[in-house]
Amino acid sequence: MAQTYRTMLVDPMVDNNPITLQVLGICSALAVTSSLKVALVMTIAVTVVTAFSSMFISILRSQIPSSIRIIVQMIIIASLVIVVDQILRAFAYEISRTLSVFVGLIITNCIVMGRAEAFAMKNPPFASFVDGIGNGLGYGLILMLVGFVRELFGSGSLFGITILETTNNGGWYVPNGLLLLPPSAFFVIGLLIWAFRSWKPEQVEEREYKIQTVEAH
Amino acid sequence: MEELLSLAVRAIFVENMALAFFLGMCTFLAVSKKIATAIGLGISVIVVQSITVPANNLILTYLLAPGALSWAGFPDVDLTFLGLISYIGVIAAMVQILEMILDKYFPPLYNALGVFLPLITVNCAILGGSLFMVERDYNLAESTVYGLSSGFGWALAITAMAGVREKLKYSDIPDGLQGLGITFISAGLMAMAFMSFSGVNL
Repeated sequence: MAQTYRTMLVDPMVDNNPITLQVLGICSALAVTSSLKVALVMTIAVTVVTAFSSMFISILRSQIPSSIRIIVQMIIIASLVIVVDQILRAFAYEISRTLSVFVGLIITNCIVMGRAEAFAMKNPPFASFVDGIGNGLGYGLILMLVGFVRELFGSGSLFGITILETTNNGGWYVPNGLLLLPPSAFFVIGLLIWAFRSWKPEQVEEREYKIQTVEAH
Repeated sequence: MEELLSLAVRAIFVENMALAFFLGMCTFLAVSKKIATAIGLGISVIVVQSITVPANNLILTYLLAPGALSWAGFPDVDLTFLGLISYIGVIAAMVQILEMILDKYFPPLYNALGVFLPLITVNCAILGGSLFMVERDYNLAESTVYGLSSGFGWALAITAMAGVREKLKYSDIPDGLQGLGITFISAGLMAMAFMSFSGVNL
């Protein structure tokens, strides 16, 4: 059994990553990654919400009538997000300002709903909890990778600590301002997906139209 | 009036929901394979957005804001922490009501939008619109304009994206970039194009 819990935890990180493969929860992945600190807080928030909402929904799964299950799931998720939001406001006010609406948007983050619907409704509480943590971490992994690239090359620092001394402060590194702007997140994730899929070719999508190559006669 | 116009232009182009704030990305990437479906979804987002943002504004002003319950005899009550759960409730209810109304009175439109309506509840652009309305303290008029124009901006973005993707499927793309990867990169290029609107003010 320990083995399966381990796979449940590790599987969503690479083989079944919520962002690169399941295409879930992309909105926040792009918006909060211009600095690592914010990305880390977001990762923790999403992991906590996914894990606990999966657990609670799994506990209630045999009581929830299937016709109103979406709204029940929504309420459970929304309540957890309110708790997270209030905690952030109380203990990390600055970060909660930077995250602005994106904490609230965890409610509509498809990862949370997706796991609730696909896993927690059919599995026991502890397994759902582990699955939630795994998916939260898989999401976080991408978030941190993107955040790493964007902060290191965009402002020459990691977690706010200067790594590459920028020219403004008398150093040698000319920061790439594009990486701090929203479009760069699309490029970084696009390239990450490319890298992931070159590493794991079974994730490559089928072409819709095959391009015919002319055979030499 | 001028202010409202400038707010509308800002919400459509400069602060485009999909391309500047990345809201509604999941649906944006999933449902942008064909222009016709993209337009259908875009229209439903416009409709839902222009109903829910003002509705949530009313709820905020008359029920949740500090002192808003003074008409009921509770001048000191501050219910803003219930915001998230009420907004999502309103959105879910609105979508449900809209679905029923369309089904009863406008069946052709209902059949056209059918599958997309329930999807809209979990579209972050809708909840995001309401949350931005709260954060920026819009009044009723402003939030009506904001709801309509941000919905329009989103619809514009997804339609343009669908147009790009319809052409894209005939091109020779490296295997690893096939599908999701190239979609991300073209969305990035579109976002850069939209950035050139920044600074536009009326």
